[in-house]
Amino acid sequence: MLRGFTLTLARDMRLALRRKGDAANVLLFFVIVASLFPLGTGAEPGPLRAIGAGVVWVCALLASLLSLPRLFAADLADGTLEQMLVSAQPLGALVAGKIAAHWLTTGLPLALVAPLLGLQYGLPTDALAVLLASVLLGSPVLSLLGAAGAALTLGVRGAGVLAGILVLPLCVPALVFGAGAVAATLSALDPAPHLSLLGAFLAVSFVLGLWASCAALRVALD
Amino acid sequence: MLEAKALACERGGRRLFGGISIALEPGALVRVRGPNGSGKTSLLRILAGLTRPAEGEVRWRGAPIAELAEAYGAEMLFLGHAPGVKAELTAAENLAFALRLAGIAAGEREVREALARWGVGAQAGLPARVLSEGQRRRVALARLALASRVPLWLLDEPFAALDEDGVGLLRERLATHLAAGGMAVLTSHQEIALAARRVHTVALGA
Repeated sequence: MLRGFTLTLARDMRLALRRKGDAANVLLFFVIVASLFPLGTGAEPGPLRAIGAGVVWVCALLASLLSLPRLFAADLADGTLEQMLVSAQPLGALVAGKIAAHWLTTGLPLALVAPLLGLQYGLPTDALAVLLASVLLGSPVLSLLGAAGAALTLGVRGAGVLAGILVLPLCVPALVFGAGAVAATLSALDPAPHLSLLGAFLAVSFVLGLWASCAALRVALD
Repeated sequence: MLEAKALACERGGRRLFGGISIALEPGALVRVRGPNGSGKTSLLRILAGLTRPAEGEVRWRGAPIAELAEAYGAEMLFLGHAPGVKAELTAAENLAFALRLAGIAAGEREVREALARWGVGAQAGLPARVLSEGQRRRVALARLALASRVPLWLLDEPFAALDEDGVGLLRERLATHLAAGGMAVLTSHQEIALAARRVHTVALGA
């Protein structure tokens, strides 16, 4: 089980290192879009602080969506996906490894940059820390549900847009609890309940996302 | 060992074949023949458990392959049309990954030896991007050199894109595998003489 997980994880990390541009594009997209809002809405600290966490979260959602189409498509094109389905390793472990690699190359960098972007919105230090925690907890959700969306739209024309339409509504709870945690901190409330709910949603999406991805991959290759 | 009963396949609402039964015992080779579009690849994918048959079922050691899942994967090696070779990885990395995926333990030295045996030893450290179609095929086939312990080989058009020397290597490898009690199912539209104790032919689209 673990062998299958580390096998695809190590391979996808190595592939990401050989194509650094892909991960860099996602991060740049995130930084640029999140920086456009303060420029467009004016520099009044009040409204900016109010929308800050929500905007950063939506931008993180859109940025991670950008990286979804190639999650399985490249493996489908060169036949590796076929080999994964007839492998001696459990498919769930192999897919989990791919999702983990996706999170490490897109979700984790997004989470680490999020507090810097939060600075542009005048968020205080404690809110920045909560923002970091919420994106750290929430970005695996995006990778898990995103993988299911990518697997479901595999081989379909316009897969990127379709995956977005499928995945974004499912990510609403992550957005609500994630941005909610920061909003709670700003109104001097405890962010812990929001973060707990976000963690619970992560657990649910781990089970559902992984299961749906595997099932969808089997159907896609039938 | 491998038993397929009354297999039928439908693609896009059209029936490709029906009533195909195959029984494979150690040392036997099944050759699937037929014109383009007759369902050779579909039959092989059904045997590999990738595609579900419209009718019938495939059993391995008496158990349905759908229930065996990765336990079947450990005893079966499937090579499809696409070689499963990643352009960004080197030939050696590609082979090492393919072997681990197939559950075959192999060290770095064995990987290099296998590549050398298939005539791509000099390209071991090169990214697969710069290899030719035939060389990529050889990288994919090199896993056969280390797959003696995998009893069942399912090879889809294994002779495609190979030169004369490559065809010879593959024939030789198949012959040793079958002589050691292995089994193989392969599709091909060329006539290639194969040494095996028993050769069954499945003709599709006749």
